[in-house]
Amino acid sequence: MSTGNLIEIRGLDSFYQSRQVLFDIDFAIPKHQVTVIMGVSGSGKTTLFRHLTGLKRTGPKQIIIDGEDLGAFSETRLMQYRRRIGVLFQSGALFNSMSLAENIAIPLKVHTRLAEETIRIMTVMKLNLVGLADFCDYMPSQISGGMKKRAGLARALIMDPEILFVDEPSSGLDPITAAGLDRLILDLRKTLGMTAVVVTHELESAFQIADRMVVMDQGRIMAAGSPEEIRNSTDGRVRQFLNREADPYRTGLDSYYERLFEGKGH
Amino acid sequence: MVNLIESLGAYAFSRVFSAGRLGLFFVYAIRGIFLPPRKFWSTVKQIQFIGAKSLVVIGFTAAFTGMVLALQGYHTLSKFGSEGWLGSAIGLSLIRELGPVLSALMVTGRAGSAMAAEIGIMRIEEQIDALECMAIDPFSYLISPRFIASIIALPLLTAFNDVIGILGGYVIGVGLLGVSGGAFWDGLTSSVDWSDLYMGLVKSACFSVLIALVCTYKGFYAGVDEGHFGPEQVGRATTEAVVISSIAVLISDYVITSIML
Repeated sequence: MSTGNLIEIRGLDSFYQSRQVLFDIDFAIPKHQVTVIMGVSGSGKTTLFRHLTGLKRTGPKQIIIDGEDLGAFSETRLMQYRRRIGVLFQSGALFNSMSLAENIAIPLKVHTRLAEETIRIMTVMKLNLVGLADFCDYMPSQISGGMKKRAGLARALIMDPEILFVDEPSSGLDPITAAGLDRLILDLRKTLGMTAVVVTHELESAFQIADRMVVMDQGRIMAAGSPEEIRNSTDGRVRQFLNREADPYRTGLDSYYERLFEGKGH
Repeated sequence: MVNLIESLGAYAFSRVFSAGRLGLFFVYAIRGIFLPPRKFWSTVKQIQFIGAKSLVVIGFTAAFTGMVLALQGYHTLSKFGSEGWLGSAIGLSLIRELGPVLSALMVTGRAGSAMAAEIGIMRIEEQIDALECMAIDPFSYLISPRFIASIIALPLLTAFNDVIGILGGYVIGVGLLGVSGGAFWDGLTSSVDWSDLYMGLVKSACFSVLIALVCTYKGFYAGVDEGHFGPEQVGRATTEAVVISSIAVLISDYVITSIML
């Protein structure tokens, strides 16, 4: 493994029952950089995300983390790996029965023996980082979707992870909050040297934060490289994605009728 | 023909797979009791939810069951001039049979369904995934406290059910139908012995494990087999949890009775 890469993905195939959803995925995630995985809905981004976070079982020698095979991790080793990562889910994944502060304190309470007071201070600090210090005692049902996502990020950061995984940071957020999250990810990389893996389909946000980009389509990698390389790509499908052009199939009256009668025996 | 064999094979495979997964789930839940994180307060919270909050519904059920038993028992026993045995009939029926079964069915309907729904929502909202990503064992954190709470709460609720049921029977038998109070208590204390109480306790302990297992399992895997995670899957998981738990309680009641009698 080259010294600069934290994670290497080598020929990753993935299946849901008998349906293959990822085909021979091959790329590397460099240390201390922001890698953005882009693609249209259903392109396999989230499945890849689940493999990288250990939520979906990976075959042998398909994902190498710091020279170790994720597919061969024991339960204990997987837990150790997970203590090095922070994950922000699309919905924030906060526990509805707990206040924001309690939600964010969970990893500290489970993994450390810190005093309640110390945990409270650390929790407020992290909530302050995402602009939610005034909402410590609010329940998730009392705050907006964007605030939930920011609180989820505070929870992902509470153990100061080495690698931050973020699933769709901008979806459902207003442009100002989304820009704030982007800036926060960049600050974390700059100040703490954090490695970030961001899954998104928001082009503007992706180009704003990425050091490296991977564009996926139908379970395959279409293009990978620096943002500049992706921007200058001549691949038709990549250009279509970047220029936000609809599939030709989806336009026109004839194809509309075709789809309308599809599967009805006409 | 090939299709038929194929679909039969697929069905058999999925059943074996589910049975294996249920077995592993049980092992992980029991193992989780002894693993960190500390779960004292989360268990107390669950005992309050499963136990304390079920007291009213169990109290009502028990009181009316005891009252109906008194009415029915009195009319049957009076045909043989044996009204004095009313206390014995009510006591034995409740302590051996109705107390554990009715408490279990009530807890299934009230707390078991809520357990399945709550854990199912955690599944569809990625909260269980989030726990795993925080290096927290979801069995130890979510499932084990519910197991412990259920095992503690259900036998206590059953005892409460027995007491209220007997009192309900006493009120109707002695107060309304004119059976002698002395005969009622004498019949009760002379025919109910420790083995009856033991049988009731064993039954309620077994039912508590079954309810916790089925309801948490159904919630935990809500939508996993379909690969879709939405409210419909939570609804289905909750319904299945209640139906399967109730049937499991009734079947295991027969099995335990046949072993212990």
